Amino acid sequence: MSKQPAKHFPVPTPETAPYWEACHNHQLLIQKCADCGKHQFYPRTVCSHCTGGTLEWAEASGRGEIVSYTIMHRAVSKAYAGGGVTVLALIRLEEDVQMMSNIIGCDPEQVCTGMSVEIIFEDWSDEISMPMFRPADQQ
Amino acid sequence: MLGALRGKVAIVGIGDTEVGIVPHMGATGLCVDAIRRALDDAGLAKTDLDGLVTCNSMADPYLYHAEMIAEYLQIFPRYCLGAGAGGGTSFTVLHHAASAIATGVCKTVVISMADSLRSGMTRERAMTAQSSTGHPQFESPYGPTVPALYGLIARAYMEAYGTTPEQLAAVAVNSRNHAQLNPLAQMREPITVEDVLASRMIADPLHLLDCSLVSDGGAAVVLTSAERAADMKQTPVYLLGAGEGHGHEHISQAHSLTTSAASESGKRAVEMAGLGPKDMDFAELYDCFTPVVLIELEDLGFCKKGEAGAFVEAGNLALDGSLPTNTHGGLLSHCHPGNPGSMFALTEAVQQLRHAAGDRQVKDAETALVHAQGGIMSSHCTLILGREPG
Repeated sequence: MSKQPAKHFPVPTPETAPYWEACHNHQLLIQKCADCGKHQFYPRTVCSHCTGGTLEWAEASGRGEIVSYTIMHRAVSKAYAGGGVTVLALIRLEEDVQMMSNIIGCDPEQVCTGMSVEIIFEDWSDEISMPMFRPADQQ
Repeated sequence: MLGALRGKVAIVGIGDTEVGIVPHMGATGLCVDAIRRALDDAGLAKTDLDGLVTCNSMADPYLYHAEMIAEYLQIFPRYCLGAGAGGGTSFTVLHHAASAIATGVCKTVVISMADSLRSGMTRERAMTAQSSTGHPQFESPYGPTVPALYGLIARAYMEAYGTTPEQLAAVAVNSRNHAQLNPLAQMREPITVEDVLASRMIADPLHLLDCSLVSDGGAAVVLTSAERAADMKQTPVYLLGAGEGHGHEHISQAHSLTTSAASESGKRAVEMAGLGPKDMDFAELYDCFTPVVLIELEDLGFCKKGEAGAFVEAGNLALDGSLPTNTHGGLLSHCHPGNPGSMFALTEAVQQLRHAAGDRQVKDAETALVHAQGGIMSSHCTLILGREPG
């Protein structure tokens, strides 16, 4: 049973299935090219840097910083309207790849570009856990 | 080589449907109505057409849209193309159609695009359809609206260059000023910078009035060779330059949030035309959200990076400014039926270059730059049009 059935659930494809399986285990896997050594996101069958065809899955640190963000005062649909405003962000991971996510676990007004964030998984169903980000622990 | 196209093809007919809220027509009806109007404007019959280009509708989609429109209108083209690159589609197909004419594939092409986002869809369905531009696995699950995807660009741009909310608002006010002179525009009530800033926040930093409209409507243009155009009913408007640039499809994959592939499309178009930004008497720039106009002004070479906010605030985009822009009111105030949106920038540019734009006529307009982009600052196309074949 889905916890939030009306949300837009990702549907894994053969090239993305290992990513979503890892998310299910609360692990962030991204691809690393065996030829040029660079990481890429989203998963592909070829390296988007050198077109190499040997891609390995590497566990990412799950840490990065906010490149840009917006506080959404209007949700795309009722399924997303539940918890007040949503923070949509682009995050550059330490592995130098960029991904979209939501920033959770803090006051939206606290969010700023350059903020250090870390991954936290949100379980949406028995199969799908979504990678989200929250402010990194300030030491 | 695209240079071989310069001045070889002209726009000889234009047609805008009613726009705004048009509940008595569906998207298919609007698409065909635009063709009928453009044929009438050109003084041509449907039997004169041997090329047809459309884009699909969200409200009334068909698997093979252009083929369906041909059937609906009972025309039997030898060149029939349904295109799709979001808001950039209209301009991108123009040079493809022009190439087909110049190479003899066909003689006379109509490009018609329409949709019915306001009356043909519920609000939620229209929002969901438009936001399906997000990557289905790596963006859409996070619930982005289209304004939010552009909000990411807006924030990055403003923080990079110190652009103010007032400078963004000045873009919306400029468009509304022009819409007041356009009896066909959807939104004609005067607005001020304060009104924009006081409108409710949609996706911070974008207010409601920083966002374009949701509309019904369609428009068509008829293209033929410069030779044939010379004997036709209307003053021909020639295609002088065209260029495309494609940077990404999904915003999370963008290499830059503050510089777009407009810098490439614009460079290619001016090279083909043998003209520069300073030669342009006016511009029609894709304005789905206010910051997009600022980025385009810079990437197309009208301003240095970071200077467009001050350029707009100083009034340069007004009809009596140095670069009158979005003279019909743009997507912000004239209408925005989705993918067909930039068609109206094209028909407006033709009206201006025919010197038939009435109260909003740019004096002695000879040459124009029109720019459209689709996706989330993804696919760009720049066209340069003129009264003389070059």
